[in-house]
Amino acid sequence: MSKFLQINYQKCTGCRLCELVCAVFHDGKSNPARSRIKVMKWESEGLYIPMSCNHCQDAPCINVCPVKAIYRDEELGSVTVDYDVCIGCRTCVTVCPFGAMSFNTIDTKVFKCDFCGGDPQCVRFCDMKAIEYIDATDISIDKKREAASKLSKATKEAATLLAEM
Amino acid sequence: MALKRKIAYIDLSTGDIETKVIPLEIRKKFLGGRGLDAYLLYNHTKKGCDPIGPDNTLMVSGGFLCATCASATARTHVMAKSPLTGLLGSCNMGGFFAPEMAWAGFNHLVIKGKAKHPVYLYIHNGEIEIRDARDVWGKSVTDAQWAIRDDLGDQEVKSMVCGPAGENLVAFANVMTGIKNAGGRTGMGCVMGSKNLKAVAARGTMDIDIAHPVEALEFNKKFIEHITSAKVSQTQGTLGTPFIWGATNSWGGIRCRNFQYNQCEYADDMEPERIDEICEETMGPYHMTGCFACQVHCRAQYKIPSGPYAGKYEEGPEYTSQGAFGGETDTPRALTVLVGNHLVDQYGMDNLDTGSIISWAMELYELGIIDKKQTDGLDLSWGNDDAVIEMIDRICYRKGWLGDTLAKGGIQASKIIGKNSFDYLIQVKGMSNLHSDERATPGLALNIALSSRGSDHLRSRPAIDLYHLPEDVLRKIYGSPVPYDGPLSSEHTEYIGKPWQVFWQENCYMAVDCLGICKYHTTFLGATLPNFDDWPKVLYYNTGIEMTPKDIWDVAERCNNMERLFNLREGLKRDDPEKGDVLNHRYHDEPTRRGAPEVVGRVIEKDKFLKMRAEIYQHKGWDENGIPTPETLKRLGIDNEPSHML
Repeated sequence: MSKFLQINYQKCTGCRLCELVCAVFHDGKSNPARSRIKVMKWESEGLYIPMSCNHCQDAPCINVCPVKAIYRDEELGSVTVDYDVCIGCRTCVTVCPFGAMSFNTIDTKVFKCDFCGGDPQCVRFCDMKAIEYIDATDISIDKKREAASKLSKATKEAATLLAEM
Repeated sequence: MALKRKIAYIDLSTGDIETKVIPLEIRKKFLGGRGLDAYLLYNHTKKGCDPIGPDNTLMVSGGFLCATCASATARTHVMAKSPLTGLLGSCNMGGFFAPEMAWAGFNHLVIKGKAKHPVYLYIHNGEIEIRDARDVWGKSVTDAQWAIRDDLGDQEVKSMVCGPAGENLVAFANVMTGIKNAGGRTGMGCVMGSKNLKAVAARGTMDIDIAHPVEALEFNKKFIEHITSAKVSQTQGTLGTPFIWGATNSWGGIRCRNFQYNQCEYADDMEPERIDEICEETMGPYHMTGCFACQVHCRAQYKIPSGPYAGKYEEGPEYTSQGAFGGETDTPRALTVLVGNHLVDQYGMDNLDTGSIISWAMELYELGIIDKKQTDGLDLSWGNDDAVIEMIDRICYRKGWLGDTLAKGGIQASKIIGKNSFDYLIQVKGMSNLHSDERATPGLALNIALSSRGSDHLRSRPAIDLYHLPEDVLRKIYGSPVPYDGPLSSEHTEYIGKPWQVFWQENCYMAVDCLGICKYHTTFLGATLPNFDDWPKVLYYNTGIEMTPKDIWDVAERCNNMERLFNLREGLKRDDPEKGDVLNHRYHDEPTRRGAPEVVGRVIEKDKFLKMRAEIYQHKGWDENGIPTPETLKRLGIDNEPSHML
């Protein structure tokens, strides 16, 4: 069964360790320009949002690739680039609505998240659990629970207010 | 790899820029960061130069491990001759600047001269450009950084800047990066201001090769677990450094009313839990942030909850701001601390020096040494929150007689104010003591007296002394990598064994500053955190350099001696009350009046203090006057300085 990366940006401390370990794991170099995940920051508001590939179901990069170099990995469910086929035209970079497809100017290659072959390093190193690697079937269960808890709290508060009236 | 990062020499007077490779032999001797800065400072500043003249040289650096796959390698170090003390000027800050400079190709900058008009340096993938900063001059710390991003059209640029305090040559102005990452103490922002250098901006996408990437990654994972499994790291990651305030104030180790008390009463409003509550109310349940690649995330986020600054976003406050704007001035209210913290961060001014010098002025006001004529009508009574906030503004913009006088720093101000004002100034080597009171802790008192940049906790403090660790645990920590079989005491009020602990910590902190990692990742607040024995692997996996724990210790000792040589050259004398290894007389003469039973009634006994000092000189290989002996310098390979190898 495929898994997804779930990012809860509110938990992100903005440290960018994910960027460091992503680059070192894939390329053996420290260089955020090589990272598949990037933390976008608005420092003046204390807002940090990690951005990575969503491995879309109807992925624009797969659809647009003129040489069919991008495909879905059956085992991991990830959107994957076949570098033997890729011609480096960067059309995928242009169409990705999330900026998740990047272009490496040193190796002149497009690159993106590949779930590190099933053990995403960004997840492994993030002690805040701002990024989690979870089963596709469970992707909304935590949100449901959280929303339900709010609903229950609101109902109780409403009852209290009524009782006080 | 990290070793490919270069050094650049920049002359702001002529616009000349020269870049060089840093030879491996120099790396092995000084590593990088603070240690190599100390070498460069001794080699590139003229003896007796004016700290705010063009001859002073400003070093900006990242540590040896900066931006590698080691934990928390975010630290930026800045060094020059200090306008505050006339001795070593040195500061260290977290954030994201030094790694960005490393990805842009540089680890060290040596900046000389003075620009004709405000400029900033832009470092970008191996290139350095001097750019016009006239439109950025006058802007606050954060506004300046955002203006530079707009000027360069790149929101990923990281800058270190001086704020209005640096421009106005406040002697204790900071170098700042991000919202509140502060290169504090000794006025390095003032040196920037004196050179018309508003900022150094960096943006880099160059590779740093990791020598053994698989091992480096795996070791980093273990290293991080080692650090984050410590209770002290977890507490810091939840409450930030205010947790230290909570413990030390209830125990009686905090300066209150300058130096009259060692505990601040009625301080519930600024307890760590209260500060945390405000952070949560204004920023939500996840309100901690951190520096580059660090999992301790010790910095809180908040918005000022009410008053004229309501809604302003800020980070911290560190426990130092609680001490500076709550404890010392006896204004123990959260809002005062939060606003004070915000102002010094925006002005780029040292919180500790600012709080300390204001509380000194308040004591002088109480004693009648200054009055409303000097304060321009301001009521500087203890507990006057508005006066504290007003004075921060007056010092930064040098408003009024008192604001202008205090901006010159404690010793200069005491000469202008006269009478016996100097007696009340809590300083060592001209730098204000932090907000702590060391009368019940001789080890900590020795630390501030000997600290190379003046009274400071980040150079040699044996903070774990307060945990009363069993002697065998102390022996395990302090007996490596250099064997020590002398006495050690678990008792913090004792004098025995402390000189060795301070000596060990001094080398430990220097090593950390050379490597460019954070002190919260070593034996500072947590006794179980990594030190010498753990670093060789980090070094090897990331850089390929093989060093033993003892090799790293030797580097640290060498660099500490370089700093000492600089201080001696610039006029340090052992017993000089302004520039010596001495404490204010009040440490010896006024017993503590508050706190836990074992804290009340304590002084630092002068004869025992002098004995400790003589002992630590021996550990360091210095003579009885605190001067490194020729044998020591020879042993460390620095007997021919300045050697101008770089």
